[in-house]
Amino acid sequence: MPVVIALLAGVLMSAGIAYSQMIDPAKVLGFLSLNKNWDPSLMLVMAGALAVYSAGFWLFAGKGKPLLAEHFHLPTKRELDKPLVIGSLLFGAGWGLVGYCPGPALAAISAGSLGTLAFVAAMVAGWFISRRLPI
Amino acid sequence: MENFTPISALLGGALIGLGALILLVFSGRIAGISGIASSALFNAEGRSWRLAFLLGIVLGPLLVGAIIADFSFSTPELGWQVIVAGLLVGIGTGWGSGCTSGHGICGISRLSPRSLAATVIFMFSGMLIATLLH
Repeated sequence: MPVVIALLAGVLMSAGIAYSQMIDPAKVLGFLSLNKNWDPSLMLVMAGALAVYSAGFWLFAGKGKPLLAEHFHLPTKRELDKPLVIGSLLFGAGWGLVGYCPGPALAAISAGSLGTLAFVAAMVAGWFISRRLPI
Repeated sequence: MENFTPISALLGGALIGLGALILLVFSGRIAGISGIASSALFNAEGRSWRLAFLLGIVLGPLLVGAIIADFSFSTPELGWQVIVAGLLVGIGTGWGSGCTSGHGICGISRLSPRSLAATVIFMFSGMLIATLLH
């Protein structure tokens, strides 16, 4: 059952990434590039996601346990540290360079473009490096 | 603002939030795509649900394509940029413990100070690099 839930969650998130056009790096760069053709659409993608998720989170997560698991697995760390700041700076730089963050890049795999596949391969190598060389 | 698509942006965003919420309400998990994918590849424990989630991520656009006849999207050119960007996104989300989904949506909704800071930082560096280069 956890597998079915995870599959459904992935399909819905990725369908949203596709339908909102966040899957298209040109659309994302239209938001990240602050020029005269600036496209604020991605702010509304985030607003829509935050509205649904935060409402649900504050209704459900405060009490008891999840419907199909023993307990919630929520991050408990609250302080800012060097890995968070440096990692987020690097992530943003890569996002602004090509227009892909992890979700859209993985969602676009089925299009079979070599540019997408090379990005995903490099991203996987980056995850491996970050695990081997913690800062 | 001729490229502004407010309706599909809001509806698509709501779908992203709904998918993430289902994972939280039923399984108690945060729907951080970078963390789930990285753990699916490099952690033996809890691999099956994470692989199922990734399969869903890959299938989603095919479903949208089956419903909307003229659905299409561009992809980046193969070149040094995608390699450098992929490495930066991988290392950065690894060290920074999350990306647009885990920090930007789940973390901000939970009012996590770390996620709020991470989102401000990656939005800033993303806009800086994109504005300088594009």
